[in-house]
Amino acid sequence: MRVCLLLALIACPAAGAWAAASDWPMEPMQPNLEDQPSLQRGFKLYANYCLGCHSLQFQRYQRTADDLGIPHDVAADELIFTGQKIGELMTTAMDPESAKAWFGAPPPDLTMVSRVRSPEWTYNYLKTFYLDESRPFGVNNKVFENVGMPHALIDLQGVQRDACSPGAADCNQLAIDSGSGLLTPEQYDQAVYDLVNFLHYVGEPARLTRERLGLYVLGFLAFLGIFTYLLNREFWKDVH
Amino acid sequence: MEQTQQAKRVQGRQGRRAIPRLWGGLVDWADARFPATETWNYHLAKYYAPKNHNFWYLMGWLAMVILANQLITGIWLTMSYVPSDEGAFASVEYIMRDVEFGWLLRYLHSTGASAFFVIVYFHMFRGLMYGSYRKPRELLWLIGMAIYLALMAEGFFGYLLPWGNMSYWAAQVIISLFGAIPYIGPDLMEWIRGDFLVSEITLNRFFALHVVALPLVLVGLVFVHLVALHHVGSTAPDGADIKKHKDATGKPLDGIPFWPYTVTHDVHATVVFLFIFCAAVFFAPEMGGYFLERPNFEMANPLKTPEHIVPVWYYTPFYAMLRAATYPLFGMPAKFWGLVVMGGAIIIPALLPWLDRSPVASIRSKGLASKWMLGLFVVSFVILGYLGITPPSPVATAAAQVFTVLYFAYFVLMPWYTRVEKTKPPPDRVTMR
Repeated sequence: MRVCLLLALIACPAAGAWAAASDWPMEPMQPNLEDQPSLQRGFKLYANYCLGCHSLQFQRYQRTADDLGIPHDVAADELIFTGQKIGELMTTAMDPESAKAWFGAPPPDLTMVSRVRSPEWTYNYLKTFYLDESRPFGVNNKVFENVGMPHALIDLQGVQRDACSPGAADCNQLAIDSGSGLLTPEQYDQAVYDLVNFLHYVGEPARLTRERLGLYVLGFLAFLGIFTYLLNREFWKDVH
Repeated sequence: MEQTQQAKRVQGRQGRRAIPRLWGGLVDWADARFPATETWNYHLAKYYAPKNHNFWYLMGWLAMVILANQLITGIWLTMSYVPSDEGAFASVEYIMRDVEFGWLLRYLHSTGASAFFVIVYFHMFRGLMYGSYRKPRELLWLIGMAIYLALMAEGFFGYLLPWGNMSYWAAQVIISLFGAIPYIGPDLMEWIRGDFLVSEITLNRFFALHVVALPLVLVGLVFVHLVALHHVGSTAPDGADIKKHKDATGKPLDGIPFWPYTVTHDVHATVVFLFIFCAAVFFAPEMGGYFLERPNFEMANPLKTPEHIVPVWYYTPFYAMLRAATYPLFGMPAKFWGLVVMGGAIIIPALLPWLDRSPVASIRSKGLASKWMLGLFVVSFVILGYLGITPPSPVATAAAQVFTVLYFAYFVLMPWYTRVEKTKPPPDRVTMR
């Protein structure tokens, strides 16, 4: 235990443990797994902007394509950049040893990020990168302070700055240099929404099936319950 | 020709009765070699229970339903689970994604663990309310306590298996409690873990204990629990004894046989219970982080401590009591006394048969003092459960200390308050209400 804590203390700054809760006022984010176009766009964004570093090592391309209504040949051509077969897990081509050397720790797998944090947290995290020259990657994050990751979507969002005057208390404002990104702020919000929606799906791909099946199960039990109730009443009316 | 047709008709008539006859023959054959009918009648068909059994008396049966659920889903989970450092977490996700209905098996099992404790706590509360632990049911109660301890161990070992970060650190913290025992503590910790910290070796032995050893112990104890119950008979909620008044054939006048009365009650209760249970399984398997905790969706990492390490909700009352001990005493550190308090709190209900000095069994006949003390006990248990989940603060610790004292007061003061209070005589015949 003591050895372990000591190791944890030494490794902490380098490993960049998930940061403590920040006081950033979170924007709400309500995922919608019925919105297949959103999930498909999210998958595309993930494959293009995230999968280079962050694996989804428990999830398969094929399952994802099937669940999101993407034909296998389209998925193979447009979404698999690693030369893998469609039945394989969505691992990354990055060598973990080099990754450790570059970032201090290998970029974490994100299969379950939506369940570890929350869709809301991930949404706000991706929207609150801002310019900070004091950080190694030139950016910092409002939700995850001193995060050891560059702003991967900066070409989409553009350059965002802390808009508070120095020393202002309780100030939570960010401003984007207009025209610096490929997307308008509204389009960027939608893109981040799609990406987070997709991660929510990947966190528990069976969720929709579960909820649909659940309705049948509860319906059946409610129906059965009427008869077990009547049976019970019929027998017990003799007991006084 | 005529004769053969007649013979066929006779054969046909006999054929219609052949199946019951064959069955009767089989039963006779078995009975001559094994007490089949006798056991069936003694434990099921002719077991009489008081006819005024209420909601609280359904819990024993429901605990059996959940035990069966845990055993069956557990067997199927074991088919795909890999108990290794590399494989454990990944195999759970494999079950969640690639195994047909694996997610359902896993959620039935994880929700079942919580449901088991809900049911068992209700079952034990029934015992406290109606004096189920009193003579001649002391041994029945003690076997029940043994089941409870085995269940806590089973839950603890099982919680490490998903190999999530909370699994890992909760195991680390709970095992480190043993380090507070003087002299042997550090060696004991190492012996339990089989390593200097929680590792694959620990995971392997916890797997063996969770999947083989404790289920055997549990099933064995449940069997003995039932044998003891059927020997002494069930209590009635009002404290009446149904064995006092019997008809000419020896059947209790206030009792109902298992078939059809207990069966129809239990079947309906099972459906209602399954409705609630499945609502959780299908729509809230994480139960807002109480059944499945968020940090546990991240793989075990010895270098990364979760912000708040908390056990699952069913242990939190005891965890709160552990943290409530903050004073070193007699040269022993506070942590040691926390362990003593926690252990004491878990064990002390076993003494109930000898602490209760009341002339009556049921809370309905007992006086105001017993009613108040039982009420305070339940309130303390629930509040301690809440305090065990929340991060510690000076106010929370002070509250935990107060409620720990109240928890123990229920037991320690029982010989006194059950003797001095005014009681009502129990009814001679059972009352339907």
